[in-house]
Amino acid sequence: MTTLFTILFDGVAYGMLLFVLACGLAVTLGLMNFVNLAHGAFAMTGGYICAVLVNSSGWPFFAALPLAFVTAALIGVALERTLYRHLYTRSHLDQVLFTIGLTFMSVAAVDYIMGSSRIFIKLPAALEGQFDFFGVGIGRYRLMIIVICGLLTVALQLILAKTRFGSRLRAAVDDPRAASGLGINVPQVFAFTFAFGCGLAGLGGALSAEILGLDPYFPLKFMIYFLIVVTVGGSSSITGPFLASLLLGIGDVAGKYYVPKMGPFVIYTIMIVILIWRPNGLFGRAAAR
Amino acid sequence: MTAASDVSSHAIARARWRPAEIAFWILALSCAFLFPSRYLIMTDILRLALFTLSLDLILGYAGIVSLGHAAFFGVGAYSAGLLALHGIINEPVIALVVAGLVAMVLGFLTSFLVIRGVDLTRLMVTLGIALLLEALAERFSNITGGTDGLQGIEMQPILGLFAFDMFGKTGFFYSLIVLFLLFLLARRIVNSPFGLSLRAIKNNPLRASAIGVPVNRRLIAIYTIAAFYAGIAGALFTQTTALASLDVFAFERSADLMLVLVIGGTGYLYGGLIGAVVFKMLQELFQTITPQYWLFWIGLVLVVMVLVGRERIHRWVLWGPNLVSRQLFGRKAVMAVPESDAP
Repeated sequence: MTTLFTILFDGVAYGMLLFVLACGLAVTLGLMNFVNLAHGAFAMTGGYICAVLVNSSGWPFFAALPLAFVTAALIGVALERTLYRHLYTRSHLDQVLFTIGLTFMSVAAVDYIMGSSRIFIKLPAALEGQFDFFGVGIGRYRLMIIVICGLLTVALQLILAKTRFGSRLRAAVDDPRAASGLGINVPQVFAFTFAFGCGLAGLGGALSAEILGLDPYFPLKFMIYFLIVVTVGGSSSITGPFLASLLLGIGDVAGKYYVPKMGPFVIYTIMIVILIWRPNGLFGRAAAR
Repeated sequence: MTAASDVSSHAIARARWRPAEIAFWILALSCAFLFPSRYLIMTDILRLALFTLSLDLILGYAGIVSLGHAAFFGVGAYSAGLLALHGIINEPVIALVVAGLVAMVLGFLTSFLVIRGVDLTRLMVTLGIALLLEALAERFSNITGGTDGLQGIEMQPILGLFAFDMFGKTGFFYSLIVLFLLFLLARRIVNSPFGLSLRAIKNNPLRASAIGVPVNRRLIAIYTIAAFYAGIAGALFTQTTALASLDVFAFERSADLMLVLVIGGTGYLYGGLIGAVVFKMLQELFQTITPQYWLFWIGLVLVVMVLVGRERIHRWVLWGPNLVSRQLFGRKAVMAVPESDAP
């Protein structure tokens, strides 16, 4: 029984992490209809920034996290303004080729600068180890992830649903032409959203170094997971990807524990079945745009 | 009636062999005698060309974007390897066809999943199928040899006459003949009414179905054929290198494949062949400059190609050859142009 709870706990932490990593992609891919396979590269950037700051410059871990967010967001907005912007109207094939190219470049560049081995971030002592909670082993680090990601999720949901910017974004996504007719600066809204998504990915990358492992092939290894979150979760709201990442996280942890030999087989099968059953995702809208 | 005869005369005109095409194949054959020390790399190019031809059939003609085409390559490779390893079919040519058919069956079965949904779903499903097969091959490592791959494959002589030699000469001619035959078949397919209907589907599926083209059935058919081609390419890989390992399913293989096709241009069959030559040369070049980081330059090529625009680059590249062939053979004898540029 306690193992079950431990698996559930680890799965939730993993899922939350996936959500923070992938929710930027949910916006670009799900809402703006842009296939961005390079999303993992932003996450990797954040992770490496955090690693360099903590390990080499001696920054405290919690000070490095916001900087990982900011750097990834800045790189994101720079790329969006210079390159991505031109590709919104192009075919999916062009978008796929372009972002695969970016991913390859980032993989090789990080390999060149930082070396190809897996990198670890020195954690503060308070986050190491685990404590017992009614017999269930709770990892401190994972608990922190759940807290941070949970807060972020709530904040995101509130921003989307309650603020003026949220309603602008929803309008711009629903019908860009009508929205710009109403005086909403659609490219600006998209650029800001894109940057924010990249920043979240960077933060997720910094948080995930401990759990997922950080090496130059990170963007390729986890690309499929991010895509699963978005395609399975659908794009109508933020709840869809959130539930999908929790499902994926718990499923993956449980699958690795109970049927270790089957490995990722379970996840891929579930994904294909869901996509066949509901091509727009579990929680998607009926009409694909 | 006139419209129908127009279409057929247009199709027949397109299907005629151009001088440039004949020159291309003579050049390909003469490479065998020009560079006798480089059979292995040339065989590599031929395999890649065949594999890309397969992607061109679905992407260039039917407009199906696939990120997991390595699935069929891998199935073909493992089928050929297992057939040879356990001595089930010792004759390479028959084994090649059987491996292609195995991939074809898989292609037929998965085509029902692929034709559903829009581009994005297709990307995910094709990618998922390839990853699934990779996971399966890893799981059943007692059959596939796991990460070590199939060991100790020994190929029998082709047709009992031509043994595979150390320098890859037999392998090269074998691959060239297979590629040429399958190219002829592909050429026949895309210039047939069936091929024309595929282009109609690519341009506008809704309109195609309105004029009576059974869209789904056509897509299933071409996807199955493409899977057969990819399977043959995979089987050639195993037969000429006596090797089959997990990386035949790798995502990088599918991504590289797209790059090859995009370099060559989609929708005119030669794109895959030219792209394979250019890609392998680029790869050699980058690997000599920076052995470890050539991935960066490949990525840069992709990014630049998309930003400049694929059509524009192909116009620039084809400008020279077109000029020459116009001077030699008159106005009509232009080189094959990519589909997007064709009038």
